[in-house]
Amino acid sequence: MKNAIGREIPGETKGQGKLRPFLGAFQGAPETFPRLPPKKRSPPGGNKVFSSLGDLFGDLELKSGATVSFHHHLRDGDAVANMVLAAADKFGLRDLNVSLTGTFAVHAPMIELVKKGVVASLRTSSLYGPVAGAVSRGVFPTPVLIHTHGGRPRAMKNGELSVDVAFVAAPAADRRGNIVGHLGKSACGSLGYAWSDADHAGTVVAVTDNLVPFPLFPPSIPQNKVDRVVAVESLGDPRGIVSGTTRITKDPVALKIAASAAEVISASGLLKEGFSFQTGAGGASLAAARYVAQMMEKDKIRGGFALGGITAHMVGMLERGLFQCLYDVQSFDLESVRSLGRNQNHLEIGADLYANPHSSGCLVDDLDAVILGATEIDLDFNVNVVTGSDGVIMGAAGGHPDTAAGAKLTIVVANLLRSRQPIVVDRVITATTPGETVDVLVTERGVAVNPKNQELKERLVKARLDVKEIDELKSLAEKIAGAPEKVDRDGPVVALVEYRDGTIIDVVRGVSG
Amino acid sequence: MKTVLRAAQAGTMESNDLMVIVEPGSGGISIDLESIVSRQYGAAIRATIARVAAEMGLTDLNVKAVDKGALDYAVEARTRTALGRALAPETDGGRGK
Repeated sequence: MKNAIGREIPGETKGQGKLRPFLGAFQGAPETFPRLPPKKRSPPGGNKVFSSLGDLFGDLELKSGATVSFHHHLRDGDAVANMVLAAADKFGLRDLNVSLTGTFAVHAPMIELVKKGVVASLRTSSLYGPVAGAVSRGVFPTPVLIHTHGGRPRAMKNGELSVDVAFVAAPAADRRGNIVGHLGKSACGSLGYAWSDADHAGTVVAVTDNLVPFPLFPPSIPQNKVDRVVAVESLGDPRGIVSGTTRITKDPVALKIAASAAEVISASGLLKEGFSFQTGAGGASLAAARYVAQMMEKDKIRGGFALGGITAHMVGMLERGLFQCLYDVQSFDLESVRSLGRNQNHLEIGADLYANPHSSGCLVDDLDAVILGATEIDLDFNVNVVTGSDGVIMGAAGGHPDTAAGAKLTIVVANLLRSRQPIVVDRVITATTPGETVDVLVTERGVAVNPKNQELKERLVKARLDVKEIDELKSLAEKIAGAPEKVDRDGPVVALVEYRDGTIIDVVRGVSG
Repeated sequence: MKTVLRAAQAGTMESNDLMVIVEPGSGGISIDLESIVSRQYGAAIRATIARVAAEMGLTDLNVKAVDKGALDYAVEARTRTALGRALAPETDGGRGK
C-alpha cells in the first residue's frame, strides 16, 4: 500500500508483523500494547555487584529469543554492546533481539553474531560503518527497524518494545546502582537515551569500569531502577567516546551556507527574548550557531534554551548568558561532558522528554528553530538522512524527524552538490523526514522555502536573501553535475524507516555489491 | 592502431577529483572505473574518458580511473593530462611538458 507521501509500504514483514503506513506528521494515533510490569525486589543487605559478565550471565534469567538493549552515548568508542553480546554467545544464547540506540563502526563484530544466529533482529536510530553495509546487503534475517530518538521512548512506554534486560554503560556507578555519566575515564556526559530503558526494562544492568563509593550523587539514573552492577575492565576507547574539541569549519562553502541559515533565522522574526534553538555538530550547523550567537549578543537577546546533542559551543553560549538552560540528551564533546558536572542549568534529560510525540509534551515542540542536515531533499521537501543517493544505508534518523516536526522553523542546510551528486532530487530514495515538517532549504547557491509557508518566503525576500524555487535549485545542480542516472530499488526490504509515531514512512531495499 | 608510448597518470585521490592511469593497450580501449558515484554517473564518466581518448586519436589503450565524485570537466582534464604525459617524448621523463 502507498503511505501519505506516496511510498510503497508492504502490509507486513518478517519480524515486525503488520505495518502501519505513515499518515501525516501529526496524524498517527497513540496506541498501547498490553504488557505486565516487571517484578522487582531488592532485599536489604542484598548484593547487586558482579565482578564479571560471566558471573552476571550465570545469575540473569536471560533466555534465547529475549530482547536486550543498549544506548549509544559511547558512540564509536563503545565496547559494552560488543562485550555483552560476545558473553551472550559464550553462554549459548541465540535469537536475541537487540535494541541499540545508535550503531557505529565499532559494532562490526555484530555481523558475525548475526550470521551465527546469536542476534536475530536490530532496532536502532543510526547505522554507520560495516553494520550499515551488512544491513544493506541483507545479512540480517529480518528487516532492521530504524527509529527516531522520540520514537523509541514512545515504543517502550506503550509496550510495543518490551526489553528483557537493559545494559546501561555507566562511566561511574556505586554498589547500589546509582549511575553518573560525566565522571571517570569513560565519561560520556548525558545518559538520556538510556533513561527509558531504566524505566521500562525487566532487568536493568549497570556496566561500569569505575565503581565508586556509595552514595554517588546526584545520579543520572538512581539505584531504585538498577538491578545489577557489573564491573568490567573498560567501557571502551575514550578517543571514540568524545571528540576533544569540535572545531568550527573553515570551508568557505559551509560558512556561506551557515551565514545564510543565520540570516534566515534573523529574518523569520523568531530571534527574540526567549529564543530556543537546536543544531547539530556538523560543519555548517555549528558555524550557523556561532553567527546566531553573534546576533544575539549584538541585539542583547537572552534565549530560553538550547536542546539536543550539546557541544562546547552551546556551553559557551550558556555561560555567556545567551541561554537560560541547556537540555542535554547527548553530550558530544569533552567540554559539554565537563559542563554537565559543573553548570547547574546544564540539565540532563531523557529521550522521552526530549522527543516522544505520544507524551504529555516533549521539548522539541518548544523549539523556535532547528538546523538540520540532509543527504537528499526532494521537490516536496521530504528529506533523506538514512541512505546515500545510491540507496546504501549510511546515516541516522536520530532526532531529525522529531525536531523537524516540533520546531516552528525547520532549516535544512546542505551543499547543493556533494561528491558530484545533486542534493535536490525529484524524489528522495529514502524518506526519513516528511516535507510538511520542513520549512527552508539553505544551499550555497540559494534558499528555497516550502510553498506551505508563504509568509516566511515573503520575509526572506524582504530581507534580500537569495530565494529560489526548489526546482530551480535542482536544475542548477544538474546543469553543473549532469543529471544522475536513476538507481533501481527492487531488492528485498532490508530496513524499515519508522516515523516517530510508530507508522512506517519508508522502507530501504537491498542493493547488491 | 594508435597507442600511447608509456604508462602515465594524472589527478589525485582527493574528494571531487579522480585519478587516471593510462598504459598501452592490447586491442581497443578498455576502461576500468572505480567510482563512489558509479551507480549515478558511471556511464557518464566512461563516455567522457572514451571521448577524450578518441579525440586524441587513440584506439588502443588501457585506462584505470578512481573517481571521488569529480565533475565532468575534471574527468576530461585529468584524462587529457594523463594521455598527454603518456604520449610525450621520453626526453622530459614523461611529464608531458
